[in-house]
Amino acid sequence: MSEDTFLQDLLKRFEYATERASLDDPAIQVPADKLVETCRVLRDDMGFDLLTDSTAIDWGEEASPRFTTIAHLFSTKNKEYVRIASDCIDDLEPTIPSLVPLFPIANWLERETYDMFGIRYEGHPDMRRILMWEGYPYYPLRKEFPLAGIETELPAADIAEVTQTKVIPAPMMGGPFHAPQTGEMSDREPRGADQSWNEQKEKPE
Amino acid sequence: MSTEAAYGYNSKVEGEVIVSKLDTVVNWIRKHSVWPMPMGLACCAIELMASGGSRFDISRFGMEVMRFSPRQSDCMIVSGTVTYKMAEVVRRIYDQMAEPKWVVAMGACASTGGMYRSYAVLQGVDRIVPVDVYISGCPPRPEALLDGLMKLQDQIMKEPSVSNLLKKDMHPAPKALKTTAIAH
Ligand code: SF4
Repeated sequence: MSEDTFLQDLLKRFEYATERASLDDPAIQVPADKLVETCRVLRDDMGFDLLTDSTAIDWGEEASPRFTTIAHLFSTKNKEYVRIASDCIDDLEPTIPSLVPLFPIANWLERETYDMFGIRYEGHPDMRRILMWEGYPYYPLRKEFPLAGIETELPAADIAEVTQTKVIPAPMMGGPFHAPQTGEMSDREPRGADQSWNEQKEKPE
Repeated sequence: MSTEAAYGYNSKVEGEVIVSKLDTVVNWIRKHSVWPMPMGLACCAIELMASGGSRFDISRFGMEVMRFSPRQSDCMIVSGTVTYKMAEVVRRIYDQMAEPKWVVAMGACASTGGMYRSYAVLQGVDRIVPVDVYISGCPPRPEALLDGLMKLQDQIMKEPSVSNLLKKDMHPAPKALKTTAIAH
C-alpha cells in the first residue's frame, strides 16, 4: 500500500479527519472528541498496535487553538507509522482525552506532557507530574517560560528555611556550550559560541 | 601526608612512648577511617564506582568503606547532577549523617550545576550542604577523586578536633557561599 493511497484511505475512513502537512509518514488531524475512537479503529482494525510517542506542541500565547497533541502509532506487522494530531479543547486549561485505556504505555508519556505543557488528559488514571515536583507552579515547555527558569521556592519548605535557597534562574551566559571539533586538544574546552555577552553585559545589537 | 614531625614522635628519643597532641591523634584516626557515602546522581557516579574498583584501589588511602546508609558514613561524595527535586533528598541524607561529617562535590554538576544551566538543576550543591572539597571535571577521572579525597584528609589533619567536641557541630561547616547563579 503506497503512502498516498493509505492517506486517502484514512481520510475516507474517518470523514471528520483532515490531512496534515508531513514530510515523512502519513499524518491526519482529528477533533479531540474523535481522538480515542480514531486510535481504537487504527489499533483494532488497521494493525497499529504500538504507541511510540505522545507529545504536544505549543503554538504560542496568541494562537488559538494554542495546544496540539500528537500521537505516533506504529504497526509492528506492516512496519508503518501514522501520526494523529488533535487540538486541545481549552487554551487556558487545555484538556484532551487520554489514550491510556487503549495503550497503557501512554501513561508516563502523557504525564510528561502534562508536566511540561500543562495539558490535562481526561481519563488518565494517574495525572501527576513526572519530572518536576508536585506543586511546581510553571510548565517549562510552554512558550512563555524562559529557558533560564523562574525564581520560585524549593519543594521542601523546611529545607528551604534551613538552607535559605531558592529555585533560581540560571541563564546560559553565551551558551549553549560545545567543544570545537578541530584544533589542539588543550584548546578544545567547551565554550559558548559567543562569549562576548552575558547577563550583566548586554548582547551587542 | 603526615610526617613524623606531625605526630612529634622520634623513636631515637622517645623509644616506645609517643608524646603527641590529642588533636593530632584524633585527626590521624579520623582521616584514615573516612567512610564515604556515595551520593551517585548521574554520570559522575560511574567514575565513583570505578574508583571503588580494584584498578584504582581507593582503599590504599583508608577511605574505601562505602556505606549506603547515612548513619554509618562520614563523607558524602555528591557525584552527579543535583536537580531541585533531588536537593531535598540530598539535604535530608546529609542531616542524617552523624558528626563529624564532610562533603565532597565531585564534578562540574555537583560543584556549580555544570552544563545544566536550567530551570530544573540546582546550581551547585553548596547551596544546600556545606562543601569541603570541590573536584573539577566532567566527569573527574578516578585519580582526581582520589586526589580530592587526599586533600580532604589533609584538611581533616588541620582541624581542632578536641575543642570541636564541645561544639554542636563537631566539624564546623565551611561558610556557605551566598552567590547568585550569575556570579558563577
Ligand atoms: S559533571 Fe559531567 S559527568 Fe559529572 S554528572 Fe555532570 S554531566 Fe555527568
